[in-house]
Amino acid sequence: MTLTRRGFLGLTAGLSAVTLTGCATDAPAPAAAGPRGGGRLRAAFAGGGAKEVLDPHLANLFVEAARSKAVFDKLADLGQDVSAQPRLAEKWEPSADLLRWRITLREAVFHNGKPVRAQDVLASYARILDPQRTFRAKSSLSLIDLPNSRAVDDRTVEFALTRPFVEFPNALAAFGTYIVPEGTEDFTAPIGSGPFRFESFAPGKSVLLKRNADYWEGAPHLDELEFVIANEESARANALLGGQVEYAHDLTPTTARANTGSDRMTLHRSPNSAVQSFAMKVDRAPFDDPDLREALFLLADRPQLVEAVLGGSGQVGNDLFGKGYEHYADDIPQRGRDLDRAKFLIRKAGAEGLTVRLDTSTAAAGMVEAATVFADQAKGSGLTIEVVTGNKDSYWSDTLKNGSLSSFRSGAMPIETHIAQRLLSDSGTNVTKWARPEFDALYRKAVSTVDETERAAAYREMQGSLHAQGGYLMWGFADWIVGTSPNVGGVATAPANTLDWARFDRVWLG
Amino acid sequence: MSLRRYAVRRLGLGVLQVLAVATLVFLLVRALPGDAAVALAGDNPDPRRIEEIRVAMGLDQPALERWWAWLSGLPRLDLGVSLISGRPVSEFLLDGLGPTAALAVLTLVLLVPVSVLVGVLAALREGGVLDRVLTAISVGLHSIPEFALAIVLIALFGVQLRWLPPTAVGAGGNLLAHPEVLVLPLVVLLARPICSISRLVRAGMIDALASDHVRHARRLGIGVTRIRFAHALPNALAPAVQQVARTTDWLLGGVIVVEAVFVIPGLGTALVDAVAGRDLPVVQGLAVVFAVTTVLVNLLADLAAFRLAPRSAGLA
Repeated sequence: MTLTRRGFLGLTAGLSAVTLTGCATDAPAPAAAGPRGGGRLRAAFAGGGAKEVLDPHLANLFVEAARSKAVFDKLADLGQDVSAQPRLAEKWEPSADLLRWRITLREAVFHNGKPVRAQDVLASYARILDPQRTFRAKSSLSLIDLPNSRAVDDRTVEFALTRPFVEFPNALAAFGTYIVPEGTEDFTAPIGSGPFRFESFAPGKSVLLKRNADYWEGAPHLDELEFVIANEESARANALLGGQVEYAHDLTPTTARANTGSDRMTLHRSPNSAVQSFAMKVDRAPFDDPDLREALFLLADRPQLVEAVLGGSGQVGNDLFGKGYEHYADDIPQRGRDLDRAKFLIRKAGAEGLTVRLDTSTAAAGMVEAATVFADQAKGSGLTIEVVTGNKDSYWSDTLKNGSLSSFRSGAMPIETHIAQRLLSDSGTNVTKWARPEFDALYRKAVSTVDETERAAAYREMQGSLHAQGGYLMWGFADWIVGTSPNVGGVATAPANTLDWARFDRVWLG
Repeated sequence: MSLRRYAVRRLGLGVLQVLAVATLVFLLVRALPGDAAVALAGDNPDPRRIEEIRVAMGLDQPALERWWAWLSGLPRLDLGVSLISGRPVSEFLLDGLGPTAALAVLTLVLLVPVSVLVGVLAALREGGVLDRVLTAISVGLHSIPEFALAIVLIALFGVQLRWLPPTAVGAGGNLLAHPEVLVLPLVVLLARPICSISRLVRAGMIDALASDHVRHARRLGIGVTRIRFAHALPNALAPAVQQVARTTDWLLGGVIVVEAVFVIPGLGTALVDAVAGRDLPVVQGLAVVFAVTTVLVNLLADLAAFRLAPRSAGLA
């Protein structure tokens, strides 16, 4: 085994944990019974160094998303079942043809005391949609016909859409669609309507925020919230164990396992957060043959992958995105390993003796480990899987274009968004190259009908064909793991990038 | 050749070396897979968006043109702006300089007295228990890489015993205001150079104590302390001076590892982040700073050696 620098750094947490086990005899002290006010919570996140920005429309990293939601609001956000829930929007009412949407805004004020108005919403969306710029949320909002949208009054916006779209609230909840005061271009001291006010920022080091007593949903418990940067997971865990921070975001299953029962770290696991997968490209050899795709589905020993790669902090997947989310087809029987049938299918596809390259990288936690375990599981099937570890910084772009089999993972998003971004003929990030006119038509039907039954049937049919023929081998769903000191209360378990994730206005220090 | 002519010639060579490093870095970063637009797009690599980002960043301009624009800013000390944040590269350098300089200067300040003391003590007790204990510790520590030592120290003193902070998280840029966070990083940075330099001092001191002039001084009845520190020690230090210069070069690399392990927001961290983000102007700016430092330190060491022994400085 070769050990990289990163690998060695990872050992820190493990070693720390080993030395700790001796003293971790008692159960963790429980957080104070009820919410308490006051105090400063320090939260450690991985960062992007000095390139981090406070412009919420430029948010890209978890730390930027967490900071943005502390300072700003979106019109909607994703709830526990990853469906859109109203936030700054009090309610939304589509027209019968789903082409016009009337949004009523909540009574809320920005940190400078000015009310949040319909004009601010339109200006924020116009900024994101500016053709000269490259904001991440641009594609999510691209179906808005902005010239024909208008402010009915200060608290009512009417959006015109370029096509009927029943899931429009998903767009209002999309990553990076924050509402900023009209005309804002300078974000050195950002003003939002969120639960915390901006205090100070040192790029790559920390951001300090203060409680916004006038927050529309009620003032936060904490007086102050400080985001600090620690890129290595082991450093975040050590900072928490050493009492330097009270919240450590995104810990590995190894750290979680080593610190279970510790009196210095309370673990919060959010199920169904990140899907772990292998992506087969269906437009090229060898996986243009559906028999070979099925063979791979049957080769995967999912419980073993979950145990070995996720350290048990996860659940098996059924080759479909969004377990537990709205529209998920949970009536499709769970697939299991069937080596004999896999062998038969490999022979039938004429792939016996074939060596397939599996591209992977350390771009996301667990991908290399999963690829190695899966290659092992394929032994004796007639098909050889050769794991190739590529460059992590360009991995997602490389595997979108090249190769035929690659590691894939994704965070939470509505199933509709997953399909729109990855599974339509014109999707921008269609890794599996799944392009079928009849599937595109089903999607269009699902998002343009107001009839619930018809919509449910379309989602079910789409997922049925993906399960049978698709290119994603989604073997598991990883828990999202956050560690806090035992005196921290009110930490909800929710998938990353949903409403209750990193929701520091609900957190208190006991 | 006069000292001044020697210095001017070496400085001219140094400028060429720095330019060569900057050019090499430009070519190497271009040879890496992906560019800043790809790195920024991350797990959302929509080709249309990547192309838009590329245009917005000016990456669609010919490489030679971008290279020339960067180079022509150098004489004005203009290092350009970061592709990703749009902030001037000089700001990145200033931000990172404080923590890195604090680490490097403190390391050097502590390194010389401690390693001389250890070396002299060992030499004076040559073959004795103290010498053998110091030798065992030196050789042992010298064979542990920095990151391994750091991990053990963090686990023991930071997490288990809680005597010292395990990381510099939350200390911000001003490490001197939180001296406790510097202890473990300094121990890690000092461990290996102290070992190598104290070994050199020990060997030099043993040689010097056995040399003719020291024996002669002893026959003249000069006091033991004066012989050891005024006559033997200066001779013992000569080889150690060159090693200190080499250690300074090594520190630049060691600092990158130590900064990553202890979460210190210095130049090393900035470099790692900039390479991962393919932020070429920032990488180049940092490479120039590192190259200039290396060239200057070696120039100073060579000038010192030239003063001490003009014949051996290789000026033929």
